[in-house]
Amino acid sequence: MTRAFLAVLARDLRLAGRIGGSGALGLVFFLMIVVMVPFALGPDLNLLSRIGPAILWLAAVLATLIGLDRLFQADEEDGSLDLIAGTPAPLELVVVAKVVAHWLTTGLPLALAAPVFGLLVALTPTAMAATSLTLLVGTPALTFIGAAGAALTASIRRGGLILAVVVLPLMIPTLIFGVSATEAAGGGTVPFATPLMILAALSLVAAVTGTLAAAAALRWGE
Amino acid sequence: MAMSVFTRLAQPGHFMRWSGAALPALWGVAATLLGVGLYLSWFVAPPDYQQGETVRIMFIHVPAAWLGVFFYATMAVSAVGTLVWRHPLADVAQRAAAPIGAAFTLVCLVTGSLWGKPMWGTYWVWDARLTSMLVLLLIYAGLLALWRTIEDPARAARAVAILTLVGAVNLPIIKFSVNWWSTLHQPASILRMGGPTIHPTMLYPLLTMIAAFSVLGIALHLQGMRTELLRRRVRTLTILEAERLDAAPLPAPQAA
Repeated sequence: MTRAFLAVLARDLRLAGRIGGSGALGLVFFLMIVVMVPFALGPDLNLLSRIGPAILWLAAVLATLIGLDRLFQADEEDGSLDLIAGTPAPLELVVVAKVVAHWLTTGLPLALAAPVFGLLVALTPTAMAATSLTLLVGTPALTFIGAAGAALTASIRRGGLILAVVVLPLMIPTLIFGVSATEAAGGGTVPFATPLMILAALSLVAAVTGTLAAAAALRWGE
Repeated sequence: MAMSVFTRLAQPGHFMRWSGAALPALWGVAATLLGVGLYLSWFVAPPDYQQGETVRIMFIHVPAAWLGVFFYATMAVSAVGTLVWRHPLADVAQRAAAPIGAAFTLVCLVTGSLWGKPMWGTYWVWDARLTSMLVLLLIYAGLLALWRTIEDPARAARAVAILTLVGAVNLPIIKFSVNWWSTLHQPASILRMGGPTIHPTMLYPLLTMIAAFSVLGIALHLQGMRTELLRRRVRTLTILEAERLDAAPLPAPQAA
């Protein structure tokens, strides 16, 4: 059980490393969005530092979508998904392993890089730490929700757009609580712990529903 | 006992028969109720002392909101039917419900913003309830898009059923978080319509309109299901006919 999980995890991490896909690309995309916003809004540092957490969170949501369409599609196309599904390990476990690998290569780098990108939008050190922490807690929710969409669209050619349309409305709660937790850390009427706890709860709920839905979609997708 | 009656009613052949018999009556009831309801809401209900004549928009707005949510619930129940029992009619019911639900949600949003212009001075406010309905419309759009993208009907049915259930789990969460978000971002400065009590002179027209819209929605749904069943029959017949033509020996070439 654990060995199967670790095997799939290691395989996906190695694939991500060799193909040179999602990890670095997601970070570059994240940086692109953070850079584009000041061009649209003007270089007013006060304004940027006020909406900085929101920019970083929005960029994280969009960057999560990068590479998500290939999460199951690549394995579906070359048949390895069928082979993996044929093993005694439950499909749910395989899904969790693949999602964790995807999160380690996209969500985690985003959370770790957030303070650096926070410099660009003039975040205070507190806000930087808060953004990093909330991204760490919240991005698993984004990845698990995205995984359900990825499994649903695995057999569709050019499924990236439909994936975004299907998945983005479901990411709204995570975005709301991610941003409000970050803003609460910088002082406000709400204590920091409340939205952070809800954000953690969202990640846990998404881990359950996303895994079940993705496995069901893969099982019944044939 | 009740289950067996339901099973019989849900058998596609039976369904075509009883829905065909019931539909004219349903259309009749819907038209009558709509007529009465519109008469009541235009001529009988008094203008509101604060909102004036614009309060009459509510008689369309509230029933549309109710049906927008109701058809999502219908879809969720049908999705369970598709996934658990693989019932062919469940998928048909779900497919027919989606555009109707989306349309009523859109009507709700449009009437709401038409009401908002004279009342709040703007067509759109990021109020919690408006935003929730907008997200519901987005989810409907995602479902419809997924249906159109997957060509094989059986596969599309299962994919959409899974997405519908994921959406159903998420809708309360979305509702809750949007409420949180809107109270966080704006104080309760908006004029809330209605309030806890609503005067009987307005309540009865509203109830009539809700009943009328419900019957109208059910009639539309049954009609949509019949169309979808017929469309699938045509599809099956076309495939069968094509296979028959393929299997038939080619006519011998004529000697010229």
